[in-house]
Amino acid sequence: MLRRWAAVVALAAPAALLGGCSRGMLDAHGPDAGRIATLWWLMFGIACFVFIAVLAFLAYALFHHRRGPAHFDQHPLSAMVFVLTSGAAIPLVLLIVVFGWTIVVMAETNTGLGDPLTIDVTGHDWWWEVHYPDGQFTTANEIHVPVGREVELKLTSDDVIHSFWVPQLSGKMDLIPGQTHSLYLEADDAGTYRGQCAEYCGIEHAHMAFYVIADEPAQFQQWVSAQQQPAFQPTDPQLLAGQQILLGSACVYCHAVRGTNASGTVGPDLTHLASRDWIGAGTLENNAENLSNWVRNPQDAKPGNAMPPTQLDDDSMKALVAYLQSLR
Amino acid sequence: MATAAGRLDRTWEAPNILTRVFATVDHKELGLRYIGTAFVFFLVAGAGSLVIRTQLAVPENDFVSPEHYNQIFTMHGTVMIFLFATPLLVGGFGNYLVPLMLGTRDMAFPRLNAFSYWVYAFSGIFLFASFLTGNAPDGGWFAYVPMTGPKYSPGDNLDFWALGMIFLGVSTTAGAVNFITTIFKLRAPGMSINRMPLFCWAILVTSFAIIFALPPLTLGASMLEMDRQWGTHFFDPDNGGNPLLWQHLFWVFGHPEVYIMFLPAVGVISTVIPTFARTRVVGYLLLVLASVSIGFISFGVWVHHMFATGLPLISLSFFSAAGMAIVIPSGVQFFAWIATVWKGNPLWRTSFLFALAFIVDFMIGGFTGVMVSAVPFDWQVTDSYFIVAHFHYVLVGGVVFPIFAGLYYWLPKMTGRLLDEKLGILNFSLIFIGFNLTFFPMHIMGMLGMPRRVYTYQSGLGLESLNMISTVGAFILGLGVLVFVWNAVQSILFTGEEAGENPWNASSLEWATTSPPQPYNFRDIPVVRSRDPLWDGPDARRPDWDPGLSQPHGGRRESLGTTVLDAKTEELLTMPKASFLPVTLALAMLGLFLGILVDSMIVIGIAAGVGLAAMALWMWPTEDEQEEALA
Repeated sequence: MLRRWAAVVALAAPAALLGGCSRGMLDAHGPDAGRIATLWWLMFGIACFVFIAVLAFLAYALFHHRRGPAHFDQHPLSAMVFVLTSGAAIPLVLLIVVFGWTIVVMAETNTGLGDPLTIDVTGHDWWWEVHYPDGQFTTANEIHVPVGREVELKLTSDDVIHSFWVPQLSGKMDLIPGQTHSLYLEADDAGTYRGQCAEYCGIEHAHMAFYVIADEPAQFQQWVSAQQQPAFQPTDPQLLAGQQILLGSACVYCHAVRGTNASGTVGPDLTHLASRDWIGAGTLENNAENLSNWVRNPQDAKPGNAMPPTQLDDDSMKALVAYLQSLR
Repeated sequence: MATAAGRLDRTWEAPNILTRVFATVDHKELGLRYIGTAFVFFLVAGAGSLVIRTQLAVPENDFVSPEHYNQIFTMHGTVMIFLFATPLLVGGFGNYLVPLMLGTRDMAFPRLNAFSYWVYAFSGIFLFASFLTGNAPDGGWFAYVPMTGPKYSPGDNLDFWALGMIFLGVSTTAGAVNFITTIFKLRAPGMSINRMPLFCWAILVTSFAIIFALPPLTLGASMLEMDRQWGTHFFDPDNGGNPLLWQHLFWVFGHPEVYIMFLPAVGVISTVIPTFARTRVVGYLLLVLASVSIGFISFGVWVHHMFATGLPLISLSFFSAAGMAIVIPSGVQFFAWIATVWKGNPLWRTSFLFALAFIVDFMIGGFTGVMVSAVPFDWQVTDSYFIVAHFHYVLVGGVVFPIFAGLYYWLPKMTGRLLDEKLGILNFSLIFIGFNLTFFPMHIMGMLGMPRRVYTYQSGLGLESLNMISTVGAFILGLGVLVFVWNAVQSILFTGEEAGENPWNASSLEWATTSPPQPYNFRDIPVVRSRDPLWDGPDARRPDWDPGLSQPHGGRRESLGTTVLDAKTEELLTMPKASFLPVTLALAMLGLFLGILVDSMIVIGIAAGVGLAAMALWMWPTEDEQEEALA
């Protein structure tokens, strides 16, 4: 009995920990993640039950062997019946339950019900390009969606295979070069949900995070209108100087700032960089210090990424960072 | 009798040290080398895992650079699977034990067996040589294209990997052919197929699985190497290639590979449990059928590694069902073992403890296995730390624990010395506690959103304490392995008790000869009348013997060939003697692969010439065969 209680405690502790922790797949904020969490709890319950039952039986077999069935030797058939009942028949029944539930959840998960908001997401080494075909604008690493509306993410990759995963909203879908696959998701509540590339994609796989930001519909519309605007055109001399530094350097070969002649597509679009919370695909918070460190040497925080270091004197760096921070 | 034994010795022993080291064809010598070599690889790859855990102990750590981290986790997986678990179980235990358990004197093709070992050793050296160039493979153990193609991995790293896989596959395949022939044709008279030890059944099923599973890997690795070296575009999506083709080819191999490691491990458990329960195994027929059906089903599950690649749902549901179906034969095995324990009277030894730990931890791996067969749940946890936890429960709980059970069980036979039981229990406790502490928290990390193969993680995601626990566990586990090494060295070389012929009172034929056995294994060939020949012999605890081969005829190495099903005596076999050809041919192949790696036609030409010459000599008829042809 003591043994059994010990097992219950041992299993319940991590379960409580899981349930209590935020951000995980069990802290579901979307219908798909919710269904999958329910499937988990069903399977977890069955697993605990079987685990305890088998261990209890094993312990009984080990310590009460003298009362054991000596007749297994005389009647091999009874041994067969015992083994097949407990090892095949009972598991079969449990498996049918699990498989049935799996099929039901599978049929309801990742299915488009009609009229979704479409967003194209393209994986790059090691960041996410996010394009809104309706709004006709492009951003990076932060995906805004309206609460309560189905979203169809059209996923593909520009280089190697990546995988899109926001545990609180839905399961994964791989981004495969040459193919486009859809992932349907929906957020039930406003909030910021962290995601990360889940398929090993090279040296900076660890720093390929992103955020899905679920806004109330009105707020979402506001955000869309703001993103559709071309970049802020400064008049302040320091900001103008910063803009000239950006436009006059190698930055423009890789980055785009809509409304200027910076139109590179190798790296993230910077048109509304300051509206984003993170830089380097979720690597650093977007603030002045991190921006200037990043521009000075991006290889410090994210060694191996494609962006080269930039030599600038302090004043120029200040001006550039100020300009970047004005790109709301 | 003394003279007869003396003549047998002279016939079977290697005449000098050079022959013994480089030309031996003795399955026991080769088996021990497999075990030793594989264990060294285990220690190296284990040290790699400690580097991984140190790097992950705290968030945003910079203990190793991302390049090195990626090389280390790739080599950890590749080495543990290809150079440790499979070779130790199949090459090591299989080679050493199968001929002894079958009551014969060697493998069916002893020189091929030596060739398998040398190819294994050289391909291991080939893979590790990559560290000398600083370009160890870094594509993960399944090396997904296009990341591993020429465009995104221009260095030599993946060439070492792909060529190493092709090279090693030769060894594994040759070994499998040898086992199938040995098991079908060389069993002792009377050992009909339904009396064969369960470990031999496991090796038989595994060998068939190897023969069908290896070609897709060899094909895939060859296509990858052609893409990389000669500009083909099999996997290049920019030129009409398809990256998913690689995944199919790899996993058609990769999933059966899991069972190629697991089935022999199950064979060990089915051997150890009846011995320490001191009773006949319950459900022999069911255990055999379970092994065979797992072998078959394992070929129908590969897509469950690809649930998130956007394949049609209807095919996913098929593979989901096939994945879950494996529970049925596994459940049958579990309850056959439990019933055996129940019927018996346990003898508590370290080996038995590892077998019990296998039941506990492999069961957890089995549960998570069913969970990841449930497609929607897999969409959440695939490629996360949950999967890392899952397959370590399967491969450490389900394969490494049985390997330790087997080492404690059979090292006394192989060395003549018992391992120390006190150190054994310490060894067991550290490994069991360390293992669970390391890997159980990983389930939770994965469900919290930590992807696998990340060299670091951010703070504030709730992952700090779990990762720290896991790292502490890994070092406890590592300490447990060192205690084993200490125990083995001390017991075998210095203080171990004499094992005697049959220290555990086990029932199979390897215990019916000296520890360690003579080069010819058995002076007389045993005659088998039941599944447990040492428990049912007329002279208690001894089998019957057929003395016909106790005197070698004309200095020939002789053994008996028997029929496939009933093991009726069919022919007298003359076995080959020690030969330098296997090591020569294996060296030539090493040269060939090095030549391809550095793209040098001269090296390739010389190596191919030497290899062809060695093969020609190998095929050259012996004097006996020439006489036979003339007569």
